[in-house]
Amino acid sequence: MPEPLLDVRDLRVCFRTRQGLVTAVDGLSFSVAPGEVLGVVGESGSGKSVSMLAVLRLLTSPNVTVSGEVLFRGRDLLALPDKEMRAVRGREIAMVFQDPMTALTPVYTVGWQIAEAIRAHEQVSRKEAHARAVRLLSDVGIPDAASRLNAYPHEFSGGMRQRAVIAMALSCSPSLLIADEPTTALDVTVQAQILDLMRELNAGGSAMVLITHDMGVVSQIADRVLVMYGGRAAEEGPRRAVFHGPRHPYTWGLLDSVPRVGGPRLRRLPTIAGVPVAPGGIPEGCAFAPRCRLRHDLCEERPVLSGDTHLDACWLPSGDRAGLRVSARDTEAAS
Amino acid sequence: MLVFALKRFASALLVMFAISVLVFLIFFATPGVDPAARIAGRNADPATLAQVRHSFGLDRPMPIRYLLMMRHLLIDRDLESFVNRGSRVIPQIIQATPVTLSLVIGAALIWMTAGILMGTAAATLRGRAADPLIMLVGVVGVSLPAYWLGEVVNLLTQKQLHDSLFSWVPPPGYVGLGQDPGQWALHMLFPWLTLALLYAGIYARLLRGEVVTALNEDYVRTARAKGLSERRILLRHALRCSLIPIVSLFGLDFGALVGGAALLTEVVFGLPGIGKLTFDALQNLDLPVIMGTVLYAAFFVVLANALVDILYARLDPRARHA
Repeated sequence: MPEPLLDVRDLRVCFRTRQGLVTAVDGLSFSVAPGEVLGVVGESGSGKSVSMLAVLRLLTSPNVTVSGEVLFRGRDLLALPDKEMRAVRGREIAMVFQDPMTALTPVYTVGWQIAEAIRAHEQVSRKEAHARAVRLLSDVGIPDAASRLNAYPHEFSGGMRQRAVIAMALSCSPSLLIADEPTTALDVTVQAQILDLMRELNAGGSAMVLITHDMGVVSQIADRVLVMYGGRAAEEGPRRAVFHGPRHPYTWGLLDSVPRVGGPRLRRLPTIAGVPVAPGGIPEGCAFAPRCRLRHDLCEERPVLSGDTHLDACWLPSGDRAGLRVSARDTEAAS
Repeated sequence: MLVFALKRFASALLVMFAISVLVFLIFFATPGVDPAARIAGRNADPATLAQVRHSFGLDRPMPIRYLLMMRHLLIDRDLESFVNRGSRVIPQIIQATPVTLSLVIGAALIWMTAGILMGTAAATLRGRAADPLIMLVGVVGVSLPAYWLGEVVNLLTQKQLHDSLFSWVPPPGYVGLGQDPGQWALHMLFPWLTLALLYAGIYARLLRGEVVTALNEDYVRTARAKGLSERRILLRHALRCSLIPIVSLFGLDFGALVGGAALLTEVVFGLPGIGKLTFDALQNLDLPVIMGTVLYAAFFVVLANALVDILYARLDPRARHA
């Protein structure tokens, strides 16, 4: 196995709140190889975004404590001085956020903001930065980039803004791009265009972490999938393995609740019973146990993520998960 | 742009016309207010009153009187005071304008600088002891009335400490900028500081709130993810966006102050500005002077608003096409 680009070990993020200490990310470990696309899925509140913000140290609230190790090319980002961390942000690891409508500063032109990102990391002239911004914008598929460069964010549509944000993220050719739900706020057709764009980027050699709650997006683009629940990893493995042979009951639920275009029409989509755990109320044992049809005594104890290349954190016997999945679905249908 | 400017100009004219009518009506059509009685003096007999009425044109119909006054004020520019016969209104206003402008522009520079520094500092130091401390200083400044603060400043600089610490402070009054720039600044220093203290606190509080909100915006997170320094994020992104509402407030305050709202400061420090002129005219019910100063004030408020509109469009691109 090649040396991972990003290796996160035992990441823990705690928030101090009025209700006491809340653990949003609880001992998360994962790695991203160069050129690989890791899809991170899970419901809202499962800790996907927070863990990625913690990787880039973008959680600035004084009430947050982050512990663990985030090794990027062997350097622990969590221990880096602020100045060196700034050199990593944007140049080596770039991030794209969910809502393109608010992600750009409203009072500057799009081109100015892209040039600012370039000039933050490289000693280039204003003119050169401008020329590069034009190229970046046309690379992400904005027609007539030279004149659109002088447009303000409010003059762009949502899809164009997201393209501009992506262009900005790519301005220094980062080796890792973290995209936090980059398509969630967009129309389906625009979503497809943005996903195409990201696929092209990946073909160009960038590694990517794609956070989403959309299983469809993950199935299209990810090499490996990390399923998160309650701030912990529930399942992790190659995309095909996770989609064709999901091992964790939570992943079953996620996959079953995706509507299908073909096949018989369902009167009601299957859902996962109950509500996602609040970060403040995660049980001692398996976080998913309160909502799991197949829970048993062992689930009182916390399962560890185990396996070979396809890992999962579940106490069910590893032999016949597919059969268990079918029977669980039948009991659900019967009830 | 031309259409915009013309529209602006037309609406400004309308506002000034409406204000002049209003002021005229307040002083001539309000029951119980008789300018003739004030001019003629106490216990004047009916014959004197009638004579005064006639000689000041107060016995003619109201619309005619209004038009006559406006003609004297704007066209012939020879409108005379009711109280000091022979002293014209317009030269008085022209004389008082530089005093008020000196006071207000100087104070505005000080309070904007202080307000922006205090507000930004408080926002960046949020959660530490300095933040509430700065805000407390701001509230204290806002809560001190100008006449009290001005009197205390005068007491200290002119009397109590005049022989020691403040021996360099000149007596209250005004020296023209053209005459002696050094003396001008020296005479204006304490009036500036007094007026600025009243406003700096409000601006600091407002800006602090805006910057705190801006620092939680998504675009600040994007800027951070770009690898910009905290300083650049604060100044070029958060503060830049926070200045937009400050500018509109500033335009209103500035226009009102130039128009005479700096009255208290002017009176306390013996500055013969517009506020003082209006104040004296009001005490004597000297309608021509009041009319002149009110129209002058309306002009500045309208002008300041127009400037704010233009500046606003420069600061906020979203307002340009709206």
